Amino acid sequence: MLRGKAPPCAQCTLGEAPLQPLGGHWANADYVLALAGNPNTGKSTVFNALTGLRQHTGNWPGKTVVRAEGGFDSGGQRYKLIDLPGTYSLLSTSADEEVARDFILFGNPDVVVVVADATRLERNLNLVLQVLQITQRVVVCLNLMDEAKRNGLTVDADCVAEDLGVPVVPLVARTGEGLPQLLQAIAEVAAGRALGSPYRPHSATEVLERAVAELVPLVAVRFPGLANAHWVALRLLDGDARIVEAVERGELDALVVARVAGDEQRSMQAAQAILQKAEVLRWEVGSSFHEELMEAIYADAARIADRAVRAVRPEHARGGDLDRQLDRLLTSRRWGFPVMLALLALVFWLTLSGANYPSQLLYAVLIDWLHPLLQSGAASVGLPWWLRGVLIDGMYLATAWVVSVMLPPMAIFFPLFTLLEDFGYLPRLAFNMDDMYRRVGAHGKQALTSAMGFGCNAAGVVAARIIDSPRERLIAILTNNFSLCNGRWPTQILIASIFIGALAPGRFANSPAALAVVAVALFGMGLSLGVSWLLSRTLLKGEASSFYLELPPYRRPRFWQTIYTSLIDRTLIVLWRAVVFAAPAGLVIWSLANIQLQGISIAEHLVHIFDPFAVLLGLNGVVLLAYIVAIPANEIVIPTVLMLTVLMGRATGVGAGAGVMFEGDAASVEMVLRAGGWTLLTAVNLMLFSLLHNPCSTTLYTIYKETGSGKWTLLAALLPLCMGLLTVFAVAQVWFFLAGGG
Amino acid sequence: MAGNPLWLVAVLALLFLLLLFWPIQGVFWRRLRGRQKTGRVLVEDALKHMYEMGEDGRRPTVQSIAGALNITTARAAGILAQMIARELLVARTDSYQLTAEGRDYALHVIRAHRLWEHYLADATGYVDREWHAQANRQEHELSKRDVDALAAQLNYPTHDPHGDPIPPSSGALPLATARPLMALHAGQLGRVVHLEDEPSELYVQLLAEGLYLGMELRLIEHNDREIRFWAEGCEHVLTPVLAANISVLPLPLSSALEPEASVERLCDLPVGAKAQIKTIAAACRGGERRRFLDLGILPGTLVEAAFSSPSGNPTAYRVRGALIALRREQANHIHIESVQEVVDAAR
Repeated sequence: MLRGKAPPCAQCTLGEAPLQPLGGHWANADYVLALAGNPNTGKSTVFNALTGLRQHTGNWPGKTVVRAEGGFDSGGQRYKLIDLPGTYSLLSTSADEEVARDFILFGNPDVVVVVADATRLERNLNLVLQVLQITQRVVVCLNLMDEAKRNGLTVDADCVAEDLGVPVVPLVARTGEGLPQLLQAIAEVAAGRALGSPYRPHSATEVLERAVAELVPLVAVRFPGLANAHWVALRLLDGDARIVEAVERGELDALVVARVAGDEQRSMQAAQAILQKAEVLRWEVGSSFHEELMEAIYADAARIADRAVRAVRPEHARGGDLDRQLDRLLTSRRWGFPVMLALLALVFWLTLSGANYPSQLLYAVLIDWLHPLLQSGAASVGLPWWLRGVLIDGMYLATAWVVSVMLPPMAIFFPLFTLLEDFGYLPRLAFNMDDMYRRVGAHGKQALTSAMGFGCNAAGVVAARIIDSPRERLIAILTNNFSLCNGRWPTQILIASIFIGALAPGRFANSPAALAVVAVALFGMGLSLGVSWLLSRTLLKGEASSFYLELPPYRRPRFWQTIYTSLIDRTLIVLWRAVVFAAPAGLVIWSLANIQLQGISIAEHLVHIFDPFAVLLGLNGVVLLAYIVAIPANEIVIPTVLMLTVLMGRATGVGAGAGVMFEGDAASVEMVLRAGGWTLLTAVNLMLFSLLHNPCSTTLYTIYKETGSGKWTLLAALLPLCMGLLTVFAVAQVWFFLAGGG
Repeated sequence: MAGNPLWLVAVLALLFLLLLFWPIQGVFWRRLRGRQKTGRVLVEDALKHMYEMGEDGRRPTVQSIAGALNITTARAAGILAQMIARELLVARTDSYQLTAEGRDYALHVIRAHRLWEHYLADATGYVDREWHAQANRQEHELSKRDVDALAAQLNYPTHDPHGDPIPPSSGALPLATARPLMALHAGQLGRVVHLEDEPSELYVQLLAEGLYLGMELRLIEHNDREIRFWAEGCEHVLTPVLAANISVLPLPLSSALEPEASVERLCDLPVGAKAQIKTIAAACRGGERRRFLDLGILPGTLVEAAFSSPSGNPTAYRVRGALIALRREQANHIHIESVQEVVDAAR
């Protein structure tokens, strides 16, 4: 059993097939299952219901981007379950489809479970029929039966089963309804009971049929007894390179049950005969072949769906009405953008104001209370001062700072974001924003990755996988850094409230500060669009290519589960990496501050070297050094700045010893910074530079992994950095000019 | 250490020399290789020219090669001598002829060119004006193995985006059945199967006229001054020079095509209205077209324009129970007929 909460299926009675989720431990499985389905059909929910693993599910097509594996025990058998990427088809040769197709064909799963959305049966049957062309070992589960009912549709599963010749199980994966029947059907198919032959399109055109008929006998010569020879022939006619390769290398041999031992040369000749025939026939069937095939499959799908689906209520009286009204409001000319801005503002307000109190609490516990305790504890066991310094004042304090500053906002932001996602709002956001992105040659889904970047840029870069055209995806990756991430919000807010808030008298101090932060964030969004435009005019030249976006129906988010999963798989992961980077950074900072050369610390040497250059930029050496030290994690910029400022002796009488980070309240921070010679210009430029500099090392590493190219990673680092340096330089020079002139 | 400025000069000079002569990557070696490449490019372009002349039944000469390659006759003669030495061609009394080897080589270059155009059209965002020039550069860079891998990656296409057949790896090119547009007689139906992309000035004009491969048309008349035809509900008038660059496949008169009928497009469907999809224009190709099919957007499908985004683009369409947002540029490719007409036709 998996630790933690019981999976939803544990509460329901399972009859003869009690379910024992095995979570990630699925070694020595008796049967291998593959889980296929269209995007956003609740595939991940089915996966979770079966295995008890908490894979993040979202109401956002194309969510599962990495392959998940899990296992479960049922009826004394152990099953291993592979979650394939969600695809609309297996014939369009996108990377995801290739993964899914290859596993279904060559992975030789005992059962392929195809999850179909009961509310869009016809479209989903397209994929079901394509899978059935490859294998007959299929169980179809009609998920989202509850949604279909709400929309006034009844779906006759038996009728579909009759047409398809495989078991069809109605299911509500969210509640676990229908799960026992699904397990039973899986067990039956896995045991190999009653398997027919693979499906062939009924309404194919004459040309297509004739070409297939010519090719199938040749395939049968080389691979006698191959069940899906018909499908292989179709793929060869469509010019599927992977299948051509499989014929050439004889990989299909593995699929033939009774393999005839023949000599190598004869097999080679037979394979060549197939490929040559296919090449000739390709010219005959012409380029509309693919379309004719799809039309044939869809004609069958439509016929099956027509027989099985009944609308119990007329269209206008269905529950889908609420969806329509919501859509009309959320995408309307008048209300679309105001609602969007209001929702985003609400998310940020909740994040920032809600994080305040827990942040202070964590700070009080970890730093005010635990830190001195650790210090005295270490002193009493007799650790030397430098070891205490490195471990407690350096590594522990840096980590404690990051945790207390980052954990609360992330624990609020990510669940809120996930709730919007589960509700189905995020695709509408992309829909509303697409026009802007289209104008700059980018993809509408970039709106989503940018929004994700407000939480964490590394997460935003990974999210760019939902964009399927490579050019637009690269643009989304390269511009994600212009979304002000969680690690940088605190810097913005602190500096704005100290220096810009001071411009307004007492009671109103908060509003100019808030406006300044919002202005910086908006400036970042503007730059993201501007840089996208620039990239698609220069390095990533090209027109906006194909765009499609499926808008899923609104779904009521499951509140607690959302909080739980988003805490686990977003917040904690992001926090963990921050900690991993913060601890060594703390070590470096402490060492810089405490190792002395010629009587003064290394940090001071560096600050003196940077100072003349930094003044030109309207910053100071301390800020530049802090940014270099903080390359691993943006969150520690402010504590490093404070620590270095104190160290430089520009402020006296505040804080603890050298190399010790602290926050204290805004008032003492202000005292330190003002004593350090900070002006309004320094503050403004720090805010700008915090927006515009190289992404943190985790984000860079993620970019490298996602693009597989050092060149793009380098560009992702240098582009914002150069823009930042130029911007602060320009601001400083204008400032000096105005100050000098005035 | 600092003091003597000569040190600095010496270090800089050393760096400069390293930059120049660094093994393989050095500027000098690169330039040298560049020079060699120009030789190869000329040979390959000459092969291509000779192959195409041969296909048209004309005879390549030193002058024609010099003209096609934009070099002096002396240089062209040098290139030809080099090619004879490599047994790519043999000299006849007044012209030159490709050997079997030369023919294979020429076909390889053509194959590389057309596959690369296909790649640009299907897998990148480059606009159609740029395909040809890019392919002209790339055709010299690809080895036989590269080209085979490219063909596999693109799923062995048979035609390039201009409608030209792509030679298969076995070398044989199927016979062309296309005819020039002028060969149609008045009232005859045809489908555009080739738009010549050279010279590019004319090609750009053809594109500006809204012509694309797969477009169906009916010739109205042609004379010395102009050629007129119906396509997608518009009357097009072209000069003979321009029309000479269009090849068509004649279609039987019995085809149920009406190039005169005006075309309704999905992008013009008002919100709330329903329609049936007639065709997806051939101009929508590659991954985009396949994605449409996957989503169930194909001839015969009923669609409803559900709602538009605040700016009016994109629009969400209800297709087979799902809501799918498409940009105006894409919906433009989908030809429809309004549902009322469908009902009438059924009666």
